[in-house]
Amino acid sequence: MAFIEAAGLTKVYKSKSGPVHALAGLDLSVPQGTVTAILGPNGAGKTTVVKILTTLIRPNAGTAIVDGINVLENPKAVRSIIGVSGQYAAVDENLTGFENLEMVGRLYHLGGAASRRRAQELIDLFELTAAGNRPVKGFSGGMRRRIDLAGALVFNPKILFLDEPTTGLDPRSRIALWGVINGLVERGTTVLLTTQYLEEADQLADSIAVIDDGRVIAEGTSDELKAQIGGHRVVIALVDAADGAAGREVLARYGAGEPLVSGDGRGLDVAVTDGPPALQHVLADLRSAGVELHDAGMRRPTLDDVFLKLTGHKADKASDENEDEKLEKVK
Amino acid sequence: MTTTAERPLLAPSNWNPLSLWLSDGWTTTKRNLIKIKRTPDMLVFAVIQPIMFVLLFSQVYGGAISVQGTDYVQFLMAGIFAQTVVFGSTFSGSAMAQDLKDGIIDRFRSLPMSSSAVLVGRTNGDLVLNTISMIIMMATGFLVGWRVNSSVGEFFAGLALLLLFSYAFSWVMALLGMSVRSPEVINNASFIILFPITFVSNAFVPIETLPDPLRVFAELNPVSALVQAARELFGNEGSAPVPDVWTLQNPVITVLIGVVVLIVVFVPLCIRKFASITSR
Repeated sequence: MAFIEAAGLTKVYKSKSGPVHALAGLDLSVPQGTVTAILGPNGAGKTTVVKILTTLIRPNAGTAIVDGINVLENPKAVRSIIGVSGQYAAVDENLTGFENLEMVGRLYHLGGAASRRRAQELIDLFELTAAGNRPVKGFSGGMRRRIDLAGALVFNPKILFLDEPTTGLDPRSRIALWGVINGLVERGTTVLLTTQYLEEADQLADSIAVIDDGRVIAEGTSDELKAQIGGHRVVIALVDAADGAAGREVLARYGAGEPLVSGDGRGLDVAVTDGPPALQHVLADLRSAGVELHDAGMRRPTLDDVFLKLTGHKADKASDENEDEKLEKVK
Repeated sequence: MTTTAERPLLAPSNWNPLSLWLSDGWTTTKRNLIKIKRTPDMLVFAVIQPIMFVLLFSQVYGGAISVQGTDYVQFLMAGIFAQTVVFGSTFSGSAMAQDLKDGIIDRFRSLPMSSSAVLVGRTNGDLVLNTISMIIMMATGFLVGWRVNSSVGEFFAGLALLLLFSYAFSWVMALLGMSVRSPEVINNASFIILFPITFVSNAFVPIETLPDPLRVFAELNPVSALVQAARELFGNEGSAPVPDVWTLQNPVITVLIGVVVLIVVFVPLCIRKFASITSR
């Protein structure tokens, strides 16, 4: 059996505009010692999954097992093997960074001396020396996030849950965090993280579960997912929109699917299986066809591409929902 | 970057449930004591209003209120003390609401700690804050002429009764704090409860001066019993007969029963509520 095993998780929230199905029968399985990323847009149900697995909320239906422990029946046993860092920095503003970490250590029952030692190690590890001895209140969001992440590591957990761990971090801290996560995995920690960034899932995760509307819609390694959506995309910008038809024809010749055309008709792009050669061919053919280009290049697929491919809709569904709610209120 | 500590870091296995509970309670209490130390403005807010009331009632309105057999300041101070501890207990409510908003409740709830520890630490913190407030208010009373006319034992019994009531009431406010959607709501919500129970009582005026429906409410109001108990234990009661209501005839027992009822009802409710709350 997998280390984390969730089956049929369902969670319905009440809201003014009727019930919201945060999870609609989600299945998930994470092998021990691996990093699994839950990839999805806002409102897909990522945080709800993490909250259920970390004993914070109970699902309406479904089962969840972590390291052989039933999460719903024995939450306290689960809490003593996990570390959690949520979307918001869960730190006490009036305590210093050191005091926050020491408090968490004591509440893991490490004892005073070990808690203080561990707090200092984490302060050094996350380069929090500046925040170590001053109340958190005066520090930036990024610093708070790092204290919160350090809090999840106070007790070297068997399983680490990270809900959008790098949201709000500067690039340097982000890379440092990736390093910490990789270090933990080398020593056998199992990590489940959520993210909106395909790049992050790609960097960190052994396997990725793409979720939408509270269900897993695709699973696999990063390479497997990219193969599904066609790896890179070749992107061109035309000088003259009148060349659109010619441009589309060339792109279709080397692309793995139908080329997409932007609203003004001058931006075209297509998924390709072998990036650089495809780009060379496209450029050569466009030149011989006499099509003038403003810009051309290759880009890696984004979450939007994954979603468009897998669901036929864009990843910014959450904002659409807000629009619907607004309409609802107007009525 | 690598982590330096060896896994597993394990809890000392010789800890029994009681010492774990005490340790968790102390850890969370310390958190709140640090907060009192670092945000002294909280203490200022806790006493500024009662100090204003002392000045307002003793210097402005006091001349117009006559109390049989004693001067008004003697009569007033027990009411002020009750008002101070009742309003002081609202910190538990706003602090729980704030913790919920900040997300630190999620951190606590994901730790293998005692499920009551956060609440125990919170209400203990209020108790300490209220104790400090009481010392300041008693000093203020002293400055405007208030005197204790009873034994040392009775004085401390009165103080203990006030603090005990505030402690029990903190649990009521903590439940309210966990039930509202934002820390901003809590102040308004608690005011709706606190205003009538402190002002429609014998705290500031003799109860027999109130019109009938309010008089009945004031007589049965637990805050009236608290005020009456404090007045008697500090030797500040006038010569007017105490209303012929059991709760006011036996105010100390009434307060003690009230404290037990509040604790027995609200502690389990709070712990149950805490087990289901999470930040949004």
